[in-house]
Amino acid sequence: YVPISNDNRLPAIGTPVPMIRENRLYQADWLLRFYDFKVSEIVNQDNPLLDMDIDPKLGWALRNLEIFPMDVNTIDYKLLLRVPGIGIQSARKIYEARKFGHITWEHLKKIGIAINRTKYFLHTGNHFERRDLQPMQIKQLILQESGSKYKPNFSPQIKLF
Amino acid sequence: MNIVSYDGSFEGLLTAVFEIYEYKISDPQIVNKSQAAASLFGETHHVQTDPDKSKRVYKKLKDKLTPNAFSQLYKTFLSELTQIENVIYRYIVYVLAAKTAVENNYAHPDVLLLQQVSRKVHREKHRMEAFVRFQLTKDDLYYSLVQPDFNVLPLISKHFQDRYTDQRWLIYDSLRKYGLYYDLHIVEEVSLNFSADVNDKNALKEICDDKEELYQKLWQQYFSSVNIAARKNIKLHIQHMPKRYWKHLVEKNVTEY
Repeated sequence: YVPISNDNRLPAIGTPVPMIRENRLYQADWLLRFYDFKVSEIVNQDNPLLDMDIDPKLGWALRNLEIFPMDVNTIDYKLLLRVPGIGIQSARKIYEARKFGHITWEHLKKIGIAINRTKYFLHTGNHFERRDLQPMQIKQLILQESGSKYKPNFSPQIKLF
Repeated sequence: MNIVSYDGSFEGLLTAVFEIYEYKISDPQIVNKSQAAASLFGETHHVQTDPDKSKRVYKKLKDKLTPNAFSQLYKTFLSELTQIENVIYRYIVYVLAAKTAVENNYAHPDVLLLQQVSRKVHREKHRMEAFVRFQLTKDDLYYSLVQPDFNVLPLISKHFQDRYTDQRWLIYDSLRKYGLYYDLHIVEEVSLNFSADVNDKNALKEICDDKEELYQKLWQQYFSSVNIAARKNIKLHIQHMPKRYWKHLVEKNVTEY
């Protein structure tokens, strides 16, 4: 049994379930609990709302592009967690494997990180190609390659069909 | 390339590892005896499972590896993937030769593969603990058919032993043709001969307890009562409960209503 609340901050009863909003809130919750984020880093005065089209982690990384790219072989563990495309398990594997030798893109590929996101934020020594892209450009490039089921709902345009 | 054939058991694999070191077999390819084809270029070394030899390797590994890493190794063996024995052999060579603990070197392909495969096996074991459905037979035996992707029966044995301590049960792996039988004291491996198709309704009615059908209807009714039709999400449902397990689940085989 789950009681219904009539708070005016919640969507009205009878409206369609806001799936993307739920998904983004869920992702933001994970950042707070497992990725050592603070609430002010996810939303603050300048960015009061979560992005619809990208997850909060990528959003944070794009707003803080100055600290990237970082070398995967020397990056701090806490920062490694914040690289888009690297989750908790992969961060742990990279951190442990680092102790035994140099990590290359081949290793990263095998470990199973999302390279189409990570490539804009990480390098393995001296090879890096970001071509000095702006945050908006990186965002577009990542969105082009990604296939989210919510994609049609990202844009505020009305759906025709 | 020298073929080393073993009998398919874990002790057999450890004996094979021992004999590769003992006879200094170069470029060994460990194969299960039942799948061994004669090698063209090298010799085939047939390994006879030796409890003393396997125990020595077992002890050496237990000392060298963390409990976590050892369990990963065992689970990887249970995956029964093709040529996984060679991955395990290379892993053992790497770990025993290293002076420090290297089981976390995920840059090494065999270490990474061991971690990935053992994780798959662990997930399968977790699923099997949830997807086992028992039917009560006339002689007070709870009988269940399963079809796991990997050989996880050794891993789920303790769980069911603790859970159903005062009931006789039998969990049978229909693919691998062996099962676990608990007779209120110990669990032992059994192998049965089936003549007819086990899902045949009439055959089942004969061996099942009278109340069995009633309980099955109850179970199916429970599922339909707690179901929330408005929150249906078939893709998510199949993600958690893949279709290949449905044939042995009572709630998925609703025949009449």
